[in-house]
Amino acid sequence: MTLRFNDETFRGDYTFRNSPQAVRRFPFPFDQDSYMYSVNLELHKGGRAGSVFENRFDVDEHYVAEMRDREITLAEDPLRCQSLPHMELAGWDFLELVMTTKAEDYPDLFTLHRDGDRWHWINRPLNIEQRFTFLDATTLPCGPMEYITRQTQGDHALLDQRDGNLWMDAGMITSQADWSLDFDIGMNFFEWHAPVPKAHEMGVFQRALKFLLNLQQGAPVRRLNWTMTVNPRLDTSPENYHKWGPEKRTITPGNVGEKQFLRVELQTLWRLPRSNAIAFPIRCYLCSLEDIVTVPKWGRRLHRVLRDLPEELATYKGFAVNRPMIVDYLAQFDDGAETSPGIFPD
Amino acid sequence: MITQMLRVAAITPLSSYVTRFRFEHPEGAALPVFSGGAHVVVEMPDGAVLRRNSYSLISDPVDSSGYEIAVRREDAGRGGSRYMHSRLRLGDLLRVTVPVNLFSLDLRAKRHLMIAGGIGITPFLAQLKQIARLHAPFELHYAVRSRDEAAALPLLPDLPQVHLHVSDEGNRMDLGAVLAGQPLGTHVYTCGPEGLIDAVAETAARLGWPKGALHSEAFLSPPPGAPFDVTLARSGRKITVGPHQSLLEALEAAGVQPDWSCRGGACGRCETAVIRCDGHIEHHDHWLNDAEKASQTRIMPCVSRFSGADLALDL
Ligand code: HEM
Ligand code: FES
Repeated sequence: MTLRFNDETFRGDYTFRNSPQAVRRFPFPFDQDSYMYSVNLELHKGGRAGSVFENRFDVDEHYVAEMRDREITLAEDPLRCQSLPHMELAGWDFLELVMTTKAEDYPDLFTLHRDGDRWHWINRPLNIEQRFTFLDATTLPCGPMEYITRQTQGDHALLDQRDGNLWMDAGMITSQADWSLDFDIGMNFFEWHAPVPKAHEMGVFQRALKFLLNLQQGAPVRRLNWTMTVNPRLDTSPENYHKWGPEKRTITPGNVGEKQFLRVELQTLWRLPRSNAIAFPIRCYLCSLEDIVTVPKWGRRLHRVLRDLPEELATYKGFAVNRPMIVDYLAQFDDGAETSPGIFPD
Repeated sequence: MITQMLRVAAITPLSSYVTRFRFEHPEGAALPVFSGGAHVVVEMPDGAVLRRNSYSLISDPVDSSGYEIAVRREDAGRGGSRYMHSRLRLGDLLRVTVPVNLFSLDLRAKRHLMIAGGIGITPFLAQLKQIARLHAPFELHYAVRSRDEAAALPLLPDLPQVHLHVSDEGNRMDLGAVLAGQPLGTHVYTCGPEGLIDAVAETAARLGWPKGALHSEAFLSPPPGAPFDVTLARSGRKITVGPHQSLLEALEAAGVQPDWSCRGGACGRCETAVIRCDGHIEHHDHWLNDAEKASQTRIMPCVSRFSGADLALDL
C-alpha cells in the first residue's frame, strides 16, 4: 500500500477527513453489544493485513498532519513534553525501538543506518535526515524522547518501574482525552488512574499493574480505549478546555452525524531493555458517526453500546450531555439484527 | 515466557563451588540487551524432569554477543545446580528466557550502595557495568564467610569503592558503619540471604533511611519439604508434590501450565486461588501480603508448600 498523506487540520476549520480505506481500517473498539471496563490486554503481535494492528507502530494517512498539529500545541505549551532527569535512558530505549521497527515495517518511508553508535536516520514523509551518536543527547536537536515523539503518531508516556509500581516520569502528551501530563507527572499507576469510576472497585487496576510489572521485552501488549469527541480535535486537554469544552454545545440533531466523533485509542505497552522502563504509546483514531454507520455492524452495535452504557461512564467520558442526541441518531441505523462477534466489519 | 535456544559457549570454574556459564546464540545472532539486575530462567531437561531455575545475568548488559551466569553448586538442593555443574557440556543447547528485571537500579539515585552476601553478588556484577556507563557514584560491599566463598572476586573491578568482608578472617561487615554517613539521595540494594536483607532493613530503619531508598532481592529457590497432595478442582484430579519438587513443577509435570515468570516468589505471575484448605499453607513468597497469607485463599506455587489434610486449587 502506498500512502498518501492528507493535508488537513485538527483545529479551527477542522478539515480532517478519513478516506474510505481509513474508515474500513478504523479500530472499532467493541467486540460485543455492551461495554464495561476489563483488563482487556492482548499480545501486540501483528494482526489482520491492512488493519491498524498489522505493524508495531501504525503509520497512516494522517501522519504528517498529526505531527504538524503536535508542533502547534507544543509551541503554545512546552509543558506537554516533559522528562524527569532519570528518564533519559528510557528515552533512548524508546527512540531505538521506534526507529528500528519503523525502518523494518515501512522501508519505503523510513531508513536507519547503524555503524556502532553512529546512527543515520531518514524520515521521508517529514523530510528529516539526522546523523547522531546513540546515547549522546548533545548530537540531537532535543532530548531523545522529544526527538522521536515529534515524529511518531500518538501520545507517549514513559513509565519508570520501581517499588512495585509504575511512575509516569516522562511523556509527550498533545492529543489526550482530557488529562494532563503536567498534573500527572511523577504519579504512580493508582494515582493517575484515581479519577476513573468503577474500575478500581472491580480490581481492574490491581490486576493490570501486576501484569505490567512482569511485561517482557519482545512481548508487547495492547488494549483499546475509547471516548467521544466533538469535532476532530486531537488536543482535548484540560489546559485548553475553554477552547473545546464549549464546542460540545454546538451539537444538533442535524449535525451530530458529522460533528460527533468516536475517539479510539490503540494503547500499546513495551518493556524497554536498557532502562527497564515501560513505553506506553497512546495512538488516537477519530471517526465521525456518519462514517461509522457506513459499516452496518458498527452502526447497530455502537447504538446498543451507547444506549446501555452506565451513566457514570458517560459522565466520566464527558458526553452525557449529548448522549440522547447521539443515541437517537444511531437508532436509525439499528434494525435490531444480530451482530457478529469480533470488532471487524462483516 | 519468550525463550531462545542458546548454546553453551564457555564453562569457567570460579571457585570450588561456583562456575560461570556463557551462552551464545547458535548462529551468532545478537541477543536482546538488558538492564543490570535482570535474570533469565534456564530450562534443564534432566532426564524425565524439566527443571527451570532463575539466574541473575552477570555479563555486561549492553553486550549482545552472549549472556553469562554464575551458578553455585548446591549438593543438598533440588538438582538444578547439580545438573548445571555435572551434566552440562560445551556446545549443549539450552532453552533460556529473555531477561526480566525485578531488581533494577533506581536511576534517580545520587549514589548506589550495594550490599551482597555470598552468591548474592551476581546481579551486582551486571549493575556495576551499567553504573560505570552512567558515571554514577557507587560503593559495593561483598560479605562472605571464607575467602574461598568469594568466587566473584576476580570479576570485580579493582577499585577503592569495592570492599570485601571475610568473616573467617575477622573482617565482618559492620552494617551500621556502612549505612551511616551515606549522603542524602543514596539508594541501597541488598542481595543475599534473608537474614542479610532483614538486617539491612532494620539498620536502615534505625538510621532513619526512607523506605523508598531500600531495594532487595532474595534469591529464593523453591525450598524442599515433606511431600503433599493437591486436588485440581476443575478436573478433580489429584497430584502429589515430591520432597524436592515445587508445586509449580508438579503441576507442569502433570500437564497443567500455570503462568509464571520469576519462579522465585517475587513476581506474582503464578498466583493461584485456593478453593479449599484444610491444613496449613507454608507461604515462602514475597508477593502476597500478610493478610492474604493468613487468609489461606491464595498460593504461589513456584515456592510455597502445604501440610495438612486437603488442599484444592482453582486449576
Ligand atoms: C501503564 C500505562 C498506562 C498509562 C500511562 C495510563 C494512563 C491513563 C490516564 C492518564 C487515564 C486518564 C485518567 C484521568 O481521567 O485523568 C487513564 C484512564 C484509564 N485507564 Fe489507563 N493507563 C495505563 C494503562 C492502563 C491499563 C493497562 C489499563 C487496563 C485495564 C488501563 C485502564 C484505564 C481505564 C479503564 C481508563 C478510563 C478510560 C475511559 O473510560 O475513558 N490503563 N489511563
Ligand atoms: S512465578 Fe513469580 S511469584 Fe511465582
